[in-house]
Order: sequence, then C-alpha cells, then structure tokens
Amino acid sequence: MLQFTRWKIIAIALICLTGILTALPNFFTEEQLKAWPDFVPKNQLSLGLDLSGGAHLLLAMDANDLRKDWQGTIREDSRKQLRDAKIGFKAIGATEKGVQIRLVKPEDRDNAVTQLKKLVQPIGNILLGSSTDDIEVVEGDSPDLIYVRPTEGGFDERVSQAAGASIETVRRRVDAVGTTEPNIVRQGRDRILVQVPGYDNTTKLKELIGQTAKLTFHAVHSRITAEEARQTRVPLGYKLYEYADEEEGVDILLLERPIVQGEDLVDAQPGFDSRTNEPIISFRFNQSGARKFGKFTQDNVGAPFAIVLDDKVLSAPVIREPILGGSGQISGNFTVDSTNNLAIQLRSGALPTKLTIVEERTVGPSLGSDSVAAGRIAGVIGLTAVTAFMIFAYGLFGIFAMVAVLINLILIVAVMSTIGSTLTLPGIAGLVLTVGMAVDANVLIFERIREELRNGKTPISAIDGGFSKAFGTILDSNLTTLIAAIVMFWLGAGPVRGFAVTLSLGIFATVFTAFTVTRLLASIWVSRQKSKRIAAPL
Amino acid sequence: MFKGVDFWPHKTIFEIMKVRKGFVLASIVAVALAIGLLATKGLNFGIDFKGGSLFEVHSASGPVDIAGLRKSIGALGLGDVQIQSFGSEDEALIRVEQQPGGEEAQQAASEKVKQALGDNVEIRRVEVVGGAVSSELKQAGIYACLSAILGILIYIWFRFEWQFGVAAILALVHDLLITLGVFSFLGLEFGLTEVAALLTLAGYSINDTVVVFDRIRENLRRYKKMALDELMNLSINQTLSRTILTGVTTALAILALFVFGTEVIRGFSFAMLFGVAIGTWSSIFVASPFLMWIGIDRNWTTADAKSISARA
Repeated sequence: MLQFTRWKIIAIALICLTGILTALPNFFTEEQLKAWPDFVPKNQLSLGLDLSGGAHLLLAMDANDLRKDWQGTIREDSRKQLRDAKIGFKAIGATEKGVQIRLVKPEDRDNAVTQLKKLVQPIGNILLGSSTDDIEVVEGDSPDLIYVRPTEGGFDERVSQAAGASIETVRRRVDAVGTTEPNIVRQGRDRILVQVPGYDNTTKLKELIGQTAKLTFHAVHSRITAEEARQTRVPLGYKLYEYADEEEGVDILLLERPIVQGEDLVDAQPGFDSRTNEPIISFRFNQSGARKFGKFTQDNVGAPFAIVLDDKVLSAPVIREPILGGSGQISGNFTVDSTNNLAIQLRSGALPTKLTIVEERTVGPSLGSDSVAAGRIAGVIGLTAVTAFMIFAYGLFGIFAMVAVLINLILIVAVMSTIGSTLTLPGIAGLVLTVGMAVDANVLIFERIREELRNGKTPISAIDGGFSKAFGTILDSNLTTLIAAIVMFWLGAGPVRGFAVTLSLGIFATVFTAFTVTRLLASIWVSRQKSKRIAAPL
Repeated sequence: MFKGVDFWPHKTIFEIMKVRKGFVLASIVAVALAIGLLATKGLNFGIDFKGGSLFEVHSASGPVDIAGLRKSIGALGLGDVQIQSFGSEDEALIRVEQQPGGEEAQQAASEKVKQALGDNVEIRRVEVVGGAVSSELKQAGIYACLSAILGILIYIWFRFEWQFGVAAILALVHDLLITLGVFSFLGLEFGLTEVAALLTLAGYSINDTVVVFDRIRENLRRYKKMALDELMNLSINQTLSRTILTGVTTALAILALFVFGTEVIRGFSFAMLFGVAIGTWSSIFVASPFLMWIGIDRNWTTADAKSISARA
C-alpha cells in the first residue's frame, strides 16, 4: 500500500492545491480580494444568519381561507353558467362537499352537468400528459343535486399560485427596506421563509410584510400630460404618479380617486389573445367592481386608464371596448414573462391570504461577529491541543496526521465555498469536531502499525499492513457517521442542516486525506530512508 | 527521530469480559435511572420544541439590571417569564412561555417585550417559535433520531451479522438514553442544536463500537477455536489504545468549543463532551457484553473462510 504511481501523486497534489486555492479567499477581506486577478477563485463562505446577523421569519398562509375564497368563485361562476344556459336552480351554496346546486327540474341535470363542465380548466403540463382538472362536477345523491368542487390537484395548484403571489408581494415589500438581497422562498406546502441578512429590525419588517398593498385602477387625465402639469400646475383632484418600472421614466397624471380598488379584483391570469396571439392578462372583478369598471369603460373607450400598485403605475393600457361583464383583458406591449409577472402582481396586490408569522429568529450583528470570533478561537485552540497530543503520541507521524487533518479542513472549506453552502454556528462546531474525529482515521492506522511492529513485522511491511488493515474499519466507522449526518440534513432545519453539511464533508475529507495525504507522506518518508534497515517510525 | 510516546501498556490484558456482568448491571441501572428521570422530571425543552419566545439582551453599561427587567416584563402579564444572566453579567436571557391564543398572541407578546426592553439594552437575539412550528420540530427531531438509529442498524446488519447490528444499536440506545437522562437531571435546555449533538454522538458512539466489532470479526476468522468471551476480550484490548486515544483527541477539540465557544453552543458541546465519554465507555464495556449475550453463530465465519480459500 505504500507504492504510489506518478499520476496518483500528481492527482493528489492537484486536489490539495485546488483545495488550498479555493479556500484561500476566506482568509482575506473583500477589499483585498478585489485586487486579485480574475482567474483566481474568489468565492467566500457565505455566513448563515446566526453568524452574519439578520432576520428570519417563517410565514404561514391560511389554506382554509384559500379554499373558502375559491369556493366563492366557483359558486359565482356556476351561477352565471347556469343562468346563461337558462337552467333553473332553487339554491346554490358552498358546503363541505363543495358548491351544492339544487336544480328546479331534476331532468335538467344532464344538461346542467354538461354546462358546468365547461368551467373545468386543465392544470399541470398538458404536453407531458400529467395534467388534471382543477375542479370536478359530480352528481349528488338525490336527482336534483350537483356538486362542483375543487380537485386535490386543483387546490394544490391554487395554493402554489397563492404562494407565488405572496412571495412576489412580500419581496416587493421587503425590498423597500433596501438592505442586501433578501432570500424569500416557499417552504413546504403553505409556508414562506423570509431571510434578510444584516437586518435585525423585525418589528419594522413585520409591519412591511403585514401592510396591505393597494391595487387601484385610475383614470388618466384626458388632455394635460404629466410634462405639462409639472410645468404649470397639477389640476385639482389629480396627482402625478411614477411608473413602477423605472425604465419607462416619465410620470403620468392620474385622477387621484380610483375607479376601482384591488379589493374588487377576484382573479388575474396570463394568457393569449385568441385573435392576435399577443400575450395578455385576463382579470375579473367581483360584482361591485364589475359595475363601477363597466360604467367607466363604457364612457371612456379609446382612452387609457392606469393600473396602480402601491402608488406606482404598473401599466396604462388603452380601453378598446367597454368591459361590462366584470372580466376583461389587459393588452399592451407585453411579453409572456411580463404578463406572468403582472398577473402575479395583480393577484398579489392584496395578499391572496393572510400571512401569519409562525417563527421568528433574529440575530443582531454584534452577536454574530462574537460567535465567529469565539468559533475561531475555539478552532485554533482545539487544533493546537490536538496537534500537541498527536505529536506527543506519534512523533513525526503525528505531524503527518495533522498535515492531513489541516488539508482535510481546507478541503471542507473549499467545497463549501464552491457549492455556496452557508456556514452556521453549529457548522463551526462541526468543523472543530472534525479536527477531533478526523485524527481517528490516523490513530487507527498508527495503532495498527504499532501492533504489526509488536508482532515482529519489519517497519515497511508494518506500515504497509497498518494502512491496508485499517482501511475497512475506517470505511465502516465513517459510513455509520455519514448515515447520521445524512439523516440530519434530510430532517433538519436551518442551522442543523449547516452542521450536517460540514459533518458529511468532513467524513469524506477524512477518509480521503487519511488514505492519500498521510499515506503519501509515510511513503515519501520510507523512500527517503538511506539505509536498507529502516528503524521503526512509531 | 522522535517516535512519540507509546504510553499504552500493551502487554497488560484487561479482563473486561470476566467482569462484564458488573458493567452490564451498572449500565442497566443507569439506563433505568435515565428512563425514570425522563418519565418523571422530563426534559427542559427549549423554545424550539415548546414554543414561546426568547430574548438575549446585552447591556453596554455594566451588568444587566435583572431585577428591573423582571419587574418591567413581569408587569406585562405574559405568564411564565424567566430571566437569568447568560454567560456574563452584561448579558441576560429572557424566556417567555408560549402565549395562549395562537400565533398572533405570540407575536403581540414578543413586540410588547421588545417595547418594554426599550433602549436600555441592546437586543442581540430574538427567537419566537409558534405552536405549529414547535410541534413540527419536535416530531422532526424524534423522526431524525429514530431514522438515524434505523439507518445505522441496517448498515451494520448489511456489513456484519444481525447480532452485531442489534448489539451496536443496544449500545447506542444506551448512550442516547443516558445522555438524555443527564440533560434531564441537570435541567439543561434541550433544543434543536442538542438534537444535532445527539445525532453526532450517535455517529461517534457507533463508530467506536464498529471499530471493536470489526476486530472481533477479524479475530473470529483467525482464531476459530478460541472461546468467545476470551476472543472478545482480546479484541477489546487490541483496540483499547485506539479507543482511548481517539476519545481524547475528540474530547480535546470539543473541550475547546465548550470553554471558548459562545454560550449558544454550550449545550451542544456539553452533550458532545458527555457523549464522547459515554460512547467510549459503552464501546468498551457495554457493546461486546451485549453481543456475547445475544450470541454469535460462529458457523458463518467458517463458511466465509471456506469460500475465501476456495476462491484463492
């Protein structure tokens, strides 16, 4: 086991060198790194919130609320559909089993079911054949009953949409804080995780997230442009609004009192114009919104109106025809992406459902840097103590082992910097722990070598046998720890995951370095012995 | 050349297996005590598992006025409030129990505390965990421990024989229960990071046991006629120096964390420190007696050896 082919030595050296180069930026400040040439890796470990300081909020959506909302929509759609088809019904209402419709004449049921089935929309990927329907129409127990209800898949889709919309809204609101990039992701089925590094005023953050966004529809001043208004004066009742998308630049002069408010908007979906194939957004108001909007559009065909979100103009499309049914389309210079985004924004204008804060963790910046400093001291002292002990117990080979452990640590840091995993406080603990546990592989090998020597083997065959006999044991013992680490990663949250990552990387690096670095150093030592009869090294 | 000090008395064979009944009895008593403590006193769950809120405050101007805080925060009527100094005199930890009335009440309470703290102290850390999340975390913690144990059992079963797997898991459960018992006895807070410590300890303890079992397996192949208890005793003794040495290096590293790390990971490092001690103990004195007690079917080693020689 002491022979190394030339390419193996080169490979080991290359891996160690790459590791050192990749880990190197972590020992410099960002300013110093700026001066480095471009081809050198500059990725640094990103610190978790517990080390960098920052706020972590876990928000929960109210799924029941979403279900209730949707049932309301289904009820209204069904009512309209039956009315248009002139099918009489006695009662329609939301029940636990879905929207229940009681027909006047049971013999209408087949026709009614056919009509109601027109409301069904496919969801999921049609091309991949994985699509299902969003709602289902079911015949009830008695011959005059029909149920229209969301399917499980349909409801999941709704929750996903609501999550997407909520994330969009929360992001816009948190961006207002103006700190570094916040991290906002969906977690599980109905949760949203908000992480804002370097910001620990959660009181302010919660206010921002909890505020209700204002989505409004405004009339545009018919004669005076924004430019003119700025030069002369803004007419009474009007106000200058900025565009949300700053690229559009110019302001727009709008009637301050909105025509319709966001509370009246029920739905907004991206789509395509059936005639021109242009990307459009279709939207729908509730009854009162439909009435108000209908009247306004009837009186203003050909004129623009403005869609305003949180006092910023999203777009100002032209009314092509009166929008009387409460639903309409917004067309404009849209791309598929921009309709998607705008639809999300419209839906999210007001949050689709209330968000409750179910978990809050905030770490102030001073505590974070204290933790880093303490971790560093603990690491250095731990490493020194273990090194001293290893040299005491194994002499020169103890130094070999510690070189391997150091490279081990460097490789862990290098991999973590490369894959962009975050270092958390438990992660630091994992690193320090690795120092203690990584020497185990070396201890196993060295003790085995000593045992072989006691059994009367020559030094070279003892070293050789020590490495080869310890290999299986090292593999077995590290794999069991790896199982624990994988479980931790799989089930753990936040900081525990960080720990699991460092621990797992530590295990891989331990096995690797023990069988490359330590072995290579031992092999070099053997080959450099001048006399044929080598004295026992351990 | 300096070879290092081989301080281990390799010539001495410790007759561990001869007195195994005493060790096993001691372990059984310790486990029984731990279970008793866990059943009666229980664990002092942190807010991760219990819900509630926690505030770490720092006073720039000398010691934190704990009595004053107790008065001002006690006046808010938030139920059970614990205030204690944390690490140093300048720091204090305020714990407020989970509020009845759901997530909103919880949030309102935490904002009230923040207001009451005002500008007198710097709030360094806030953690508010609601009822839903805490029960999920608790469940995840239990699942994590159970699946880690199961995963390890399957692995050892696969690599060794089932008897080894069962003995290793018994030793592991022994370590975990006693560590939990110590947490209960000392009333130390038990949270998410302590579960991480427990899982790491599971890895360490099993690692230690596997090294001994590996040697037992090797010796089973080598010494076909040797009595089982003698063979186990030999295997334990052959690996003893390694077991102790690794225990020492790991303990050294954790000791550095325990002494120099921040207050936040003290519970973690304590659990690990104790865990290394108990893990080392169990792999020497508990795992092999358990294996002896379950018994090993020695025929497979013969069959194994035959197939090896047939191949050769």
